Amino acid sequence: MSEEMILRLFEALGQTIYMVSVSMVIAALIGIPLGVLLVTTAKGQILECVAFNRVLAGIVNAVRSVPFIILLVAIIPFTRIIVGTSIGTTAAMVPLTLAAIPFIGRQVENSIKEVPYGLIEAAQSLGATPLQIIRHVLLPEALSSIVSQLTTVIIGLIGASAMAGTIGGGGIGDLAIRYGYQRFRPDIMLATVVILIVVVQLVQFIGNRIAMRLNKK
Amino acid sequence: MIKLSHIKKIYETSSGPLQALKDVSLTIDRGEIYGIIGLSGAGKSTLVRCINMLERPTEGTVEIDGQDLTKMNEKQLRAVRKKIGMIFQQFNLLSSSTVYENVAFPLKLAGTDKKTIREKVMPLLKLVGLEQKAQQYPAQLSGGQKQRVGIARALASGPSILLCDEATSALDPQTTQAILNLIKKINRELQITVVIITHEMKVIKDICTKVAVIDHGVIAEKGPVIDVFINPQQAITREFISVLLSDELPSAFRQQPVSKEPIEGGHLLLRLTFIGESADEPVIMQLIKNAPDIDASILFGDLDQIQAIPYGRMIIGLKGSAEKVEMARKWLEKQELKVEVIGYVRRNDTALV
Ligand SMILES: Nc1ncnc2c1ncn2[C@@H]1O[C@H](COP(=O)(O)OP(=O)(O)O)[C@@H](O)[C@H]1O
Ligand SMILES: [Mg+2]
Repeated sequence: MSEEMILRLFEALGQTIYMVSVSMVIAALIGIPLGVLLVTTAKGQILECVAFNRVLAGIVNAVRSVPFIILLVAIIPFTRIIVGTSIGTTAAMVPLTLAAIPFIGRQVENSIKEVPYGLIEAAQSLGATPLQIIRHVLLPEALSSIVSQLTTVIIGLIGASAMAGTIGGGGIGDLAIRYGYQRFRPDIMLATVVILIVVVQLVQFIGNRIAMRLNKK
Repeated sequence: MIKLSHIKKIYETSSGPLQALKDVSLTIDRGEIYGIIGLSGAGKSTLVRCINMLERPTEGTVEIDGQDLTKMNEKQLRAVRKKIGMIFQQFNLLSSSTVYENVAFPLKLAGTDKKTIREKVMPLLKLVGLEQKAQQYPAQLSGGQKQRVGIARALASGPSILLCDEATSALDPQTTQAILNLIKKINRELQITVVIITHEMKVIKDICTKVAVIDHGVIAEKGPVIDVFINPQQAITREFISVLLSDELPSAFRQQPVSKEPIEGGHLLLRLTFIGESADEPVIMQLIKNAPDIDASILFGDLDQIQAIPYGRMIIGLKGSAEKVEMARKWLEKQELKVEVIGYVRRNDTALV
């Protein structure tokens, strides 16, 4: 493999990391509160607001039901408004983020649902406000599980970022398709697959370690 | 003082409305340890949750020191709840926080500064005997230790009332005893009114001053523990008490027909209950002196205490002429004890022992 090709691989890896990490951070900032709201506004919960909960759940389901490759092209006008362009690595982050938000929302919802209701009751008996319950009971108690779930989301995003090549997003997956598949370069194909495997393993390993650290049960 | 008046609670369930409490009224005086006993599903948890308004009653009022909680908004309720501690069967500790952090939790919620928190938490940990465990996580503790953390947490904001919902039901008998002793100590030393929910009469007997028996959302019976023990009015109360008081007859009398009328050659079985001073008196010896012509045999005997008051129970069999037996019974009834007639039974000497 030529030196130029190796540089390309590194560049692509950098693009993947950039796309995934920025999308992940933004999506988590929106998705975690979304997950909290999905749980706490449901019937019988601390911020009960059933109508709002239904609308929220509806939107989440709608976005989740669109395949990523379709979402990618369907929201091109929206992407242009947000980042000023509809092609390139930065443009690819908009659909990635948008797809990750409801995904994270659902995962966080599931994690928080596992917190026993008795803990909420105990906090209420101590005079906690709903916000204090979220901040001091639900999030810390679910944190280990949330970290595990977010690890899954990151791995999902790494996979989805391969499709970002469609709108010129670059990244490892894009390189694999353009060189490994379209130009028939098995060495590059192999290199990208190995890199993806290593990256995914690493993410999973780190995620598991953090989740384990946080779990005091 | 806690005053519940005409509390009704209706839950809307998928299978229609469910009336968990039907017109419950209770008054709990300051400094008391008030027990509420009932079978599973009787409405105990619902009732105790009405006291701190974790459940809003559908009807009725909850007054604490003259303030009606049912008229308060959430903000006012949160302030009142800080003065009502609560402990639970499942402990409900924060698993991701240390023992210290769990006890500090209510103070943190109130925005107390770190130094003051420390000054309050350490003595509490000492009170419940867990100073050594401050930095451990709940998962590293035994059930009894977890409940001690629960108690320390409930006491952190200096409540005047402690609600206990089946606080010892997940614990073994010895640990239960230790936790009950701790609750008693807290009641005495900190002058905290305690409300105990349980399905075990032993818990009531060991530490409560008053008891209410709840059955299907209704208070079946209530009063001082000793009165309810000696003179239970309702079948359900007798049921709870009987679990505690085994009164086994010798096998020769078991499974024999019991007659209300004297039987030729039969024994009159009497259940005697002694309370307080009379538990120490040699009643049987005096009986034999006063009714010399009958056979008196002790078939069962048991001595116990209810709140430090000696409480003895005995089953005796009297045999002799109908007239003499009747005289002996009359004599016993004049003594300071409670006499219940079980009936006339013929001894079955062929019974296997
Ligand atoms: N949140 C609830 N929703 C519907 N029904 C409930 C709820 N809580 C309790 N109940 C019902 O109310 C009755 C009394 O329950 P509870 O107060 O928990 O009884 P206990 O604590 O004596 O076992 C039961 O029939 C129970 O199923
Ligand atoms: Mg209960």
